[in-house]
Amino acid sequence: MTRKAIAALTLMALMGVGLWAADKVVLNALFMKQAGFSEEDITAGTRDFMDRNPDIQVNLTFVAYEDLEQKILTAAAAGGYDVVLSDGPFTAKFAVGGIVKEIPPLAAADKADIFPGALDACEYLGKYWGMPWINDVRYLYFNKKMLAQAGFKRAPATLDEMIAQAKVLKAKKIVEYPIVLPWNQAETLSCDFTTITALFGGAMAKDGKPTLDTEANRKALEWMVRAIKDGLVNPKSIVYGEDDINGVFEGGNAAFMFNWTYAYGVANDPSQSKVVGDVGIAMIPGNGRVKSATVNGGQPLCIASGSKHPNEAWAYILYMTGKDFQKAHPANSLPIWRSLYTDPNVVKSNPDVVAVAKTQYDYIVNRPKVPYYSAFSSMLQVKIQQALLGRKSVDQALKEAQSEAESLAQQ
Amino acid sequence: MRSEQRESLGRRARGRGGEGDLSEQGFAFLLLTPAALLIFIVVLLPLLITFGYTLINMNLLSATKGRFTGLANYASVLGASWFWSSLGRTLYFTFVSLVLETGLGLLFALLLAGSFPGVGVLRSLVILPWAIPTLVSGALWKWILHPDYGALNALLSWLGLIKEYHAWLGQPWLAMNMVILADVWKMAPYSAIFFLAALQFINKALYEAARIDGAGVFRRFRYVTFPHLVPTLLVVVVMRSMDKFKAFDLFYVMTKGGPANGTKVLTYDAYLRGFDNLNYSAAATISYVIAFLVLALTVIYLRLGKQEDVND
Repeated sequence: MTRKAIAALTLMALMGVGLWAADKVVLNALFMKQAGFSEEDITAGTRDFMDRNPDIQVNLTFVAYEDLEQKILTAAAAGGYDVVLSDGPFTAKFAVGGIVKEIPPLAAADKADIFPGALDACEYLGKYWGMPWINDVRYLYFNKKMLAQAGFKRAPATLDEMIAQAKVLKAKKIVEYPIVLPWNQAETLSCDFTTITALFGGAMAKDGKPTLDTEANRKALEWMVRAIKDGLVNPKSIVYGEDDINGVFEGGNAAFMFNWTYAYGVANDPSQSKVVGDVGIAMIPGNGRVKSATVNGGQPLCIASGSKHPNEAWAYILYMTGKDFQKAHPANSLPIWRSLYTDPNVVKSNPDVVAVAKTQYDYIVNRPKVPYYSAFSSMLQVKIQQALLGRKSVDQALKEAQSEAESLAQQ
Repeated sequence: MRSEQRESLGRRARGRGGEGDLSEQGFAFLLLTPAALLIFIVVLLPLLITFGYTLINMNLLSATKGRFTGLANYASVLGASWFWSSLGRTLYFTFVSLVLETGLGLLFALLLAGSFPGVGVLRSLVILPWAIPTLVSGALWKWILHPDYGALNALLSWLGLIKEYHAWLGQPWLAMNMVILADVWKMAPYSAIFFLAALQFINKALYEAARIDGAGVFRRFRYVTFPHLVPTLLVVVVMRSMDKFKAFDLFYVMTKGGPANGTKVLTYDAYLRGFDNLNYSAAATISYVIAFLVLALTVIYLRLGKQEDVND
């Protein structure tokens, strides 16, 4: 073959590739590396989607959770991504900041089948800005062996019961600090405060306005402060994040903790846990008339405002959040669809967790849906810690938090 | 560069049109243009844009986003109590860690300036912490100070100095001092190297003369060593206080500003306001205030240095 012929063939091949690529709609999608569906799950689902939609090509990017928001903020609005994985507390901020687009209306049957709390996290000012995808909440984890040693046959159903059991565990010297909670100065503290205030009938905001300085919230914070003072909650909790309390629980140094779904797998991993087989999971204990409450840690998929292909992006989101994909990959994230909780594949993926999850999801509480949530949460964490450390009274901490939250709302 | 080479390059730069020879200065400018352009794009332009942000409302969540606000951002930042609290913590961190770091650095240098068996190995070992990236050393110290598995707790407990493990990062003031400890551990060798270099240039005859005059160790240090170290000390103090004022990575890794804001320094505040709260104006304004403060510090140090020269 002559050189000219080779050159001509190469040129034609290149043109062919160019034309082939030009025919396709290229979507860029941003996901996170840790927690929820794994990279393998997402890659497999995306491949299936592309097989079914040969005219759409999806390029995947995975970043650490900590980098997700910045990546979205810097690239999504400029058209760098079409589909982005968001987080519940970002919804209001992204909606107001014009970072994501409103999603098309969902069918009534679909809306009815998704857990209401998960869907609610995507709503702001009457519009939906994302589709629930990763489903996660906090549960009560307990050490069955320790409870049995103390003479208890089941997990506590109320906060009072949990405190009573903790007192016995401490008195019998089964464990020095029976409860461990992730209360360091980070979002995890706001998550637990969301849960605990809801258990006392309170809320951090209502109708977009901060409501921190209320009787119910005061009781919630007093409960937290007292539990530390009484030595029932580990005082080091104020420096612990979620992974740290896993370490304490796995080491057999706590009988109770509140944590996300992933903690069940970690605590039952023989390579790192001393309490394999003793791990129990239950609903977050209730309080008075409140049967249970748990913070929503779910994450939606959104259409980036800079996307030039919003229809294709929505088609991709529908596929990834759809029942086929969700029931095929239940091991790392349980489905957003209520009807899938009887699916054999979902149930067998983790029977203990599924049994609790399907009821716990009915008690989801979302963090305040306000555009200034990040500043609100950072400020609140400091006030709560000041109360926990005894630097400020519960009253003073909440009064100051309310006043600062109001000025944030006015900015 | 040899003159004939320069001529040849100059001829090439003129091109074929031949509009006369480029002057030496013009040729120099031509060579500098690519680098200058690059610096303009990656350094000056972002600085100018950031300065622009301090004069407009760049709070992405604000209804008046993009509106010119003049000096209102500066007034708002400087009038806020959180700014002064963060500034106070920044100054505490800067001052305490600077004193400890230069003090220890000087001690290390004096020790390492001696000649004894193994001094070469010791010099290499001392520099090790400095060679570790700050993020890594932050993570390392976070583990050392871990309330349950930390090496510090284990050591103190083994020595019988503590009865139960402590959460070293669990109290605001204590946490700040632990970050200082981590910073001093990493950067004292850096100061030591500077002082060690300066010590090599001191004329040994001066020590001989002082000794003959009956000066002891402390007097020799006060009247011979220290005056020779002052210029280096000034350089170290200027460079390190600038760095410490901008410290971010250790706080990010070790404490994230907590507990109860006890370690929230200005740079971390700027980061939170910019990247967490989407208020780029506040972040840019804090950054410029930091820059002005560092500039002020530098001017003061340089003035002090000049006075020292005059007094000499």
